[in-house]
Amino acid sequence: MTEFDSSSRFSGKADKQYAFVIPHYQYLDKEGKPTQSLPNFAQDKAEMLRIYRALQWIRHFDQKAINLQRTGKMGTYPSVLGQEAISVGIGHAMQKDDVLVPYYRDIGAQYLRGLPMENILRYWGGDERGMAFAGLSESEDFPLSVPIASQCLHAVGIAKAFQYRKQKRAVVVTIGDGGTSQGDFYEALNLAGTWQAPVVFVINNNRWAISVPLSLQTHCQTLAQKGVAAGIPGIQVDGNDVVAVKQLMQEALHQAREGQGPVLIEALSYRLGDHTTADDASRYRPAGELEQAWIEEPVKRVQSYLSHQQWWDDNQEQALQAQIQEEVTAIVDSYLTTAAQSASAMFDHLYATLPDDLKIQREQALRFEGVSL
Amino acid sequence: MSHTTTEITLVEAVNQALAYAMQQDPDVIVLGEDVGTNGGVFRATAGLLDKFGADRVLDTPLAESMIAGASIGMAAQGLKPVCELQFMGFVLPAIDQLLSHAIRMRNRTRGRIGCPLVVRTPFGGGIRAPEHHAESFESLFAHSPGCKVVVASTPARAYGLLLAAIRDPDPVIFMEPMRVYRLVKQAVPDDGIALPLGRAFVLREGADVTLISWGASIQETLQTADELAKQGISAEVIDVASIKPLDTETLLRSVQKTGRCVIVHEAPRTCGFGAEIAAIISEQAIYSLVAPVQRVTGYDVQIPYFQLEKAYIPSVARILAAAKQTLELV
Repeated sequence: MTEFDSSSRFSGKADKQYAFVIPHYQYLDKEGKPTQSLPNFAQDKAEMLRIYRALQWIRHFDQKAINLQRTGKMGTYPSVLGQEAISVGIGHAMQKDDVLVPYYRDIGAQYLRGLPMENILRYWGGDERGMAFAGLSESEDFPLSVPIASQCLHAVGIAKAFQYRKQKRAVVVTIGDGGTSQGDFYEALNLAGTWQAPVVFVINNNRWAISVPLSLQTHCQTLAQKGVAAGIPGIQVDGNDVVAVKQLMQEALHQAREGQGPVLIEALSYRLGDHTTADDASRYRPAGELEQAWIEEPVKRVQSYLSHQQWWDDNQEQALQAQIQEEVTAIVDSYLTTAAQSASAMFDHLYATLPDDLKIQREQALRFEGVSL
Repeated sequence: MSHTTTEITLVEAVNQALAYAMQQDPDVIVLGEDVGTNGGVFRATAGLLDKFGADRVLDTPLAESMIAGASIGMAAQGLKPVCELQFMGFVLPAIDQLLSHAIRMRNRTRGRIGCPLVVRTPFGGGIRAPEHHAESFESLFAHSPGCKVVVASTPARAYGLLLAAIRDPDPVIFMEPMRVYRLVKQAVPDDGIALPLGRAFVLREGADVTLISWGASIQETLQTADELAKQGISAEVIDVASIKPLDTETLLRSVQKTGRCVIVHEAPRTCGFGAEIAAIISEQAIYSLVAPVQRVTGYDVQIPYFQLEKAYIPSVARILAAAKQTLELV
């Protein structure tokens, strides 16, 4: 809990209008021990096993994606290592007809929303068809957004459409800590507050924006407090605690769907990997920080919790790992055997109907396609 | 709809098209700064709030990136947001949203999500407005694949083209010349009939020289044609109207007929859209030319504050001189 109350003329103790509290929520500590009474779903063995499976699945897939890049079979890829609980918690809390507007570290939520994951590999493999969501093409979820924070505004627009059509649906938009320095983030918070739009903003505060640490990103003590100026409730959750993420997401989504306005959730995690496969965090990360962060990591603590509950043993773990490996291998095979696109694909979806001058350019592209020199 | 015979201004025609589209399609939403109670700073949205309510006419917070970004989300859900960016100079904060997202959405999702939004924006100089209120950025959007760029120049074309823009399934930048907002009046039947996008309009047929323009400069271009006529020279005048996609056929046919061409626009010269038209003519009609193509444009300077804007905006005298040059060479 962070309290704001200081004694200067500008934010003085006498001036309570500036006092606010950013609550922080955690259910499972780093050893997987409950820190307070658990929500019902966390006492449901089947549900917790599903959550654990998703966490492990994403960790495995993530490593596979890195390997594909390292072996020249895919392009640059941003690892989600250490941040699985945020994305999995989001995916488990959302309802099917909610809409996800992800940034580029949300494959856990996308996986849980039913996205065949070869789409993700296609996208980072330089193929637009990844964002066509083959196998889930009726999805209204947005393609991931690369321009930082720009997606926050799309989320508010989608939410406005839900309001206009009187639909009880909500939008989840995700962003990194660096993204909260962008104007679009503030503009989106402000608009969501003004419209009381059904949006849940989730900041994945993994402490690093490529090489820039949070201390150089903002003087705010929390990122959640950025909601205060927009009139939006801001809270922190332990982003390494999937129970806390799911629970708070469920509450926030419920509030949003019921027309009670947006929420800003800052999920505290740590980027255990590099920014992307094109980055080397050892160049800027202080010694010892990574080792400390591994103690807090999100997958182990659920495993510990399951073990404490006597719901899990080594045999089950081995069986799960084998099963996941098989599934991920099948997805990689599907990705690697995706038929190449024709050069025509550059043009085919540019407009609903391709203008004549572009038809001429398309013919030209096809004429020279595959011609060496 | 009643078929009015009352003559209306360009800004009233915009208003009439918006009202028609909103009446016809409940998915059409108007949003922007001051578009509600105030009816827009130029009154283009006057009366819409009363008629269609605050659910469909949204006075937004003052942030252009936000207006464009929220419109993208609404459009992705199948609404038809028609947002007003108050002056084209203030399109710049929205550029990231428009160029990084709106125009790319259909392509990057392989058609899964479309972005049928319209950005209406008053543009150009000549009304003694303050700094940043007189820009013409059509080239910026013409250079950006995935959108359409339309420029209105009369009340009737504003009405028909705006209806087409709203019905189009892709993002359309709809530019309204504020110098002409109240300059001319025309009878514009409120019949809901759209004009086609991607077609230029031959405003006046002629045999000796082709004058090509769009937006407010159409006024000076037509006056130039009058002056030329007095001197026995027959000028063909074409309103490009659709910068993107461009009706090259109409332009080329005219140049092939006259052999001479002058392109007139208010935006700066270098990489102005006139350069693109000149390039197309040189690629596809150079053997029809009897004189080099001339451009009469804004200079390569920032459009000056209003005391000097007349010296910047292409005048009849400048267009006339350029036309004469094409005629004197042969």
